[in-house]
Amino acid sequence: MNEITYETIVEEVKAMCMESNYNLGEDVYSAFKQALQTERSETGKEVLTQLIDNADIAKAERVPMCQDTGTAVFMVEVGQDCHIVGGRLVDAINEGVEKGYGEGYLRNSMVYNPMNRKNTGNNTPAIVHIDLLEGEELTLHMTAKGGGAENMSALKMLKPSDGMEGVKDYILSIVKEAGPNACPPLVVGIGIGGNFERCAFLAKKSLFRPLGVRHEDPAVAELELELMEQINRLGIGPQGMGGSTTALDVKVELESCHIAALPVAVNLNCHASRHQTIKLK
Amino acid sequence: MQKKINLPLRDEDIESLKAGDRVLLSGIVYTARDAAHKRMVEQEKDGTPLPVELDGQVLYYTGPTPAKPGEVIGSAGPTTSGRMDLYTPALLEKGLKGMIGKGYRSEEVITSMLQHKAVYFGAVGGAAALIARSIKKAEVVAYEDLGTEAIRKLTIEDFPVFVINDIHGGDIYKDGVAKYKQ
Repeated sequence: MNEITYETIVEEVKAMCMESNYNLGEDVYSAFKQALQTERSETGKEVLTQLIDNADIAKAERVPMCQDTGTAVFMVEVGQDCHIVGGRLVDAINEGVEKGYGEGYLRNSMVYNPMNRKNTGNNTPAIVHIDLLEGEELTLHMTAKGGGAENMSALKMLKPSDGMEGVKDYILSIVKEAGPNACPPLVVGIGIGGNFERCAFLAKKSLFRPLGVRHEDPAVAELELELMEQINRLGIGPQGMGGSTTALDVKVELESCHIAALPVAVNLNCHASRHQTIKLK
Repeated sequence: MQKKINLPLRDEDIESLKAGDRVLLSGIVYTARDAAHKRMVEQEKDGTPLPVELDGQVLYYTGPTPAKPGEVIGSAGPTTSGRMDLYTPALLEKGLKGMIGKGYRSEEVITSMLQHKAVYFGAVGGAAALIARSIKKAEVVAYEDLGTEAIRKLTIEDFPVFVINDIHGGDIYKDGVAKYKQ
């Protein structure tokens, strides 16, 4: 049986928090470069140029690319034959977050509760979703999710009679409403199906798939491309000041749902789309 | 076209700015976000003097990351301005002349900006490491207990912004999108 120590998880999580904030993903960096070639607005090009320069500075100086260093969100896949020793998995993740945000000069953005709004001072608690799989690996997916884009995300329980047209209209309406607030060009994460909470989870999960990688089901992949085209016709553009690059990518995840239901969730991600994955064996 | 403007804003500068203009700002700005706004407006209602004189000044909506040793400030990009909308008209009444942030403003704020001849600038959200390079000095001047949300006096040089709302009714979020909508 594979044994993974509490300390190993703490150290790996600490590194993920820093790297996700200092190093823009290569998938995102190339999406910026490509958008710079195709963007029609001069203002939009200037925004994209600033974002590329910003990513270069953050990487070279090891400073956060954005002052909103986010809520640390983890999707963890635990192999059934993996044994975590020395403490609780969630405690190890939180300790890693505390160290990563503290030692990495990242901003603490979490409050104890929405009523007192007092800062916890170490960016914990992390939000942790755990899934049990076959095998003996432990996989940690992490995103540092900023508040601006998360605030413009939404979920709606549509009626089955609304159909896919209703789903698409709803998604477009959310992107339009978000406009400049969610820091476009966006990565749009969409969950369709499941139930109320599962749908929101699917939307979040979709954001962990690297840019440019399509859903394995060709029908879903086609829906992603169609939505991307429609979103880019909205004219919102980089930072909402007009342009042809509103979304860098669109991700859809779907699951079975009740005969009475058609849940749709739209989880917007800002252009940085910070995500990291590590596998511990 | 790129303009260079020194702060505080003069009336003729404000008059000349048009939605969509690229501007490099130099001079003094004060940072304030959610918690500082709430406290300032509560103080204002109580009749307690504000900790900074806002007349003629520019506010920057940001909550920076901690500065690394030897650095002036951490990364410091704009936060979403709409969360300050509830408090903004009261500050415009006090003579606030400019705001730097990102995202939509409410109709109330836009009306109040037109009335008081104030400008709303947008910095590029997420370009916080780049923007930090144009911040030459930073000192906490009020509400230190608010941490990242404290009011800081920043000395900026060639700080890159776009004019979002000008005093002539121009709004780049509306005009720009209308131009590229297909």
